[in-house]
Amino acid sequence: MTMIGWLHIILYCAIIVALTKPLGWYMTRVFNGERTFLSPVLRPIEAGVYWISGVDGKREQHWLTYTVAMLLFHVGGFLIIYALMRLQAVLPFNPAGQSAVSEDLSFNTAISFVTNTNWQNYGGESTLSYLVQMVGLTHQNFLSSATGIALAVALIRGFSRASMRTVGNFWVDVTRTTLYVLLPICVVYTLFLVWQGIPQTLGPYVEATTLEGAKQTIAVGPVASQVAIKMLGTNGGGFFNANAAHPFENPTALSNFVQMLSIFAIGAALTNVFGRMVGNQRQGWAILAVMGVLFIVGVGITYWAEASGTETMHALGLVGGNMEGKEVRFGIVASSLFAVITTAASCGAVNAMHDSFTALGGMIPLINIQLGEVIIGGVGAGLYGMLLFVVLAIFVAGLMVGRTPEYIGKKIEAREVKMAMLAILVLPLMYLGWTAVAVVYPTAVASMANAGPHGFTEVLYAFTSQTGNNGSAFGGLTGNIPFYNLTGASAMFVGRFFMIIPAMAIAGSLAAKKSIPPSAGTFPTTGGLFVGLVIGVILIIGGLTFFPALALGPIVEQLAMNAGQVF
Amino acid sequence: MLREIRPAIVLLLALTAVTGVAYPLAMTGIAGALFPAQAQGSLIEKDGKVIGSALIGQEFKDDKYFHGRPSATVAPDPNDSTKTVPAPYNAANSGGSNLGPASKALADRLKEDVDKLKAENPNAPVPVDLVTTSASGLDPDISPEAAEFQVPRVAKARNMPQDAVKQIVAANVQGRLFGLLGEPRVNVLALNLALDRAAAK
Repeated sequence: MTMIGWLHIILYCAIIVALTKPLGWYMTRVFNGERTFLSPVLRPIEAGVYWISGVDGKREQHWLTYTVAMLLFHVGGFLIIYALMRLQAVLPFNPAGQSAVSEDLSFNTAISFVTNTNWQNYGGESTLSYLVQMVGLTHQNFLSSATGIALAVALIRGFSRASMRTVGNFWVDVTRTTLYVLLPICVVYTLFLVWQGIPQTLGPYVEATTLEGAKQTIAVGPVASQVAIKMLGTNGGGFFNANAAHPFENPTALSNFVQMLSIFAIGAALTNVFGRMVGNQRQGWAILAVMGVLFIVGVGITYWAEASGTETMHALGLVGGNMEGKEVRFGIVASSLFAVITTAASCGAVNAMHDSFTALGGMIPLINIQLGEVIIGGVGAGLYGMLLFVVLAIFVAGLMVGRTPEYIGKKIEAREVKMAMLAILVLPLMYLGWTAVAVVYPTAVASMANAGPHGFTEVLYAFTSQTGNNGSAFGGLTGNIPFYNLTGASAMFVGRFFMIIPAMAIAGSLAAKKSIPPSAGTFPTTGGLFVGLVIGVILIIGGLTFFPALALGPIVEQLAMNAGQVF
Repeated sequence: MLREIRPAIVLLLALTAVTGVAYPLAMTGIAGALFPAQAQGSLIEKDGKVIGSALIGQEFKDDKYFHGRPSATVAPDPNDSTKTVPAPYNAANSGGSNLGPASKALADRLKEDVDKLKAENPNAPVPVDLVTTSASGLDPDISPEAAEFQVPRVAKARNMPQDAVKQIVAANVQGRLFGLLGEPRVNVLALNLALDRAAAK
């Protein structure tokens, strides 16, 4: 670890904190339907979209209608991607002549993109046409992240409203998020990325004759426009197989730094939106503090582990840390930081291969996802995931002092706690359950790339990542077989919707409650005690659930590695 | 609830047209006008022919060129499409080795490469980036130490004084941005082109 490395990390955190308030202010205006500086340009487009689709922007929805609208929207998005992948061979914008994608891989990928997971069982440049990348994947990158944000806003309205039946209008929230937040940022961001060196062309792959006379086919495409939203919307599905490690997806140290900022920017700002909408920004800062503490600890461990290198390398006298699966332009610190950010948020883009990380360095990304991706988290998803943990923490605090728990003026009662528990329990059921099935199914075991405990970790990571809608991978696992395509799709589906539906049920029941003014007995939710309590609840629930699985994977691997064992 | 079906279809299609068609096509047009070289892939031409991209690594085996890092990329086996064969620096199929920290295959490969490099230059410690594969398999860079390490071999193969080669290396080192972001590095293709230019003089 170096001083420059730590300065890099501190600068990153400082900029995220600095962005939180202005971006939160702007987004709050967007969600409240107020005028913004972009309204003169975007308002006519917005009105046009409502007009042709028959949406009454003033009519609000009950939480159930809101959820059904969201589900219908996903069905449509799924069908578009699935159809495009199956038909890409006969559709235009296919200069590389990619053939139709198989049924199970199309199914997995379509689920993957509508659930904001972006798990890559496909290998971008070797599988997909430009048309699929643009109309299929780029569009769903926008809409799945806009959906996540809309749901978080609906849950926030649940807290901020009193005695109301409605939580907002899904169509309005999605349209305004897409047009006023995601699209304008992406336009500027894309141009920045092209300036840094990311291609943006519809031309065919380039045939080059190298300096030594060999042939090299260089894959290009409309990359920058997809990378911008892939990062900003914490989607993470790469244009290329190697994702953000590919020099065309992440060419420079600066592009890397900005990409890391864009992963956290909206998620962090949403904590401020929360504070503003419930009428006290300190409520938002308290939540950001919980996230920040967990994040810094994770970064420290991974950075230390990767800078330390492996026993194998020490034995050969190699110094400078574990560079297997990392790029020279990023080095140890930017690779470690990126890995923690991308798994803390549910982004899943990678600029280094997590499979080749040291055992402990690779365990932190795994834990980040298993904690429910509540450290900033996916755009929207992180906030509603964190609010579920807050509900539990408040409930625990209430039990300790023997009072009905309340949070921001709302009584937290049996219904909310049941829903929060349902959402939190269903995730480990998916990733532990499917991992257990996979390790006793010979076909699934044969897909492991590494022997010993590392092979187990590959499978555990695959199901954890898909359940958590993350999308990063221990990439050695051959995931493109029917077993993993189908089980993974079920994990992504359950991981997304069994989190969303209970969260929306909570939103509906909270919105209908009366607001009670704080009294002397109210537990303050803006101080250090609250922050510590929420961290404790997250770690205890997480720790109890997945510690045994971690012991079988990375922990035993680290111990074996220290003893000089190889597999 | 039935009245949500029309927006589910029409609004989805409208937003698809905006974000999936208008946005990428408009960006392609604007980016192509503002940054034509980058938008095409930062291609390098020599005598009118494309010899590669400034951002994409390529394989160097000749002693007179600086070598990049090992690459784990593969290509489909021409004899059996269900299998793959090693194809270093395959820029149409990026990827890493994905070997774990306690992998025997990785330990064996590292040992073999370290022994080879020690035989080539016994006077310097082997830089770690010169024996590890990159994440993309297309890493265009090596560390300044990895370039220094290869100077004796390149100088010998080219019949050039070592100091002259060292100067060319030094001129091609890129530092950290603002002294803070990224790592010091040398673009291998740019370095080798500079060497060829110096030799031609």
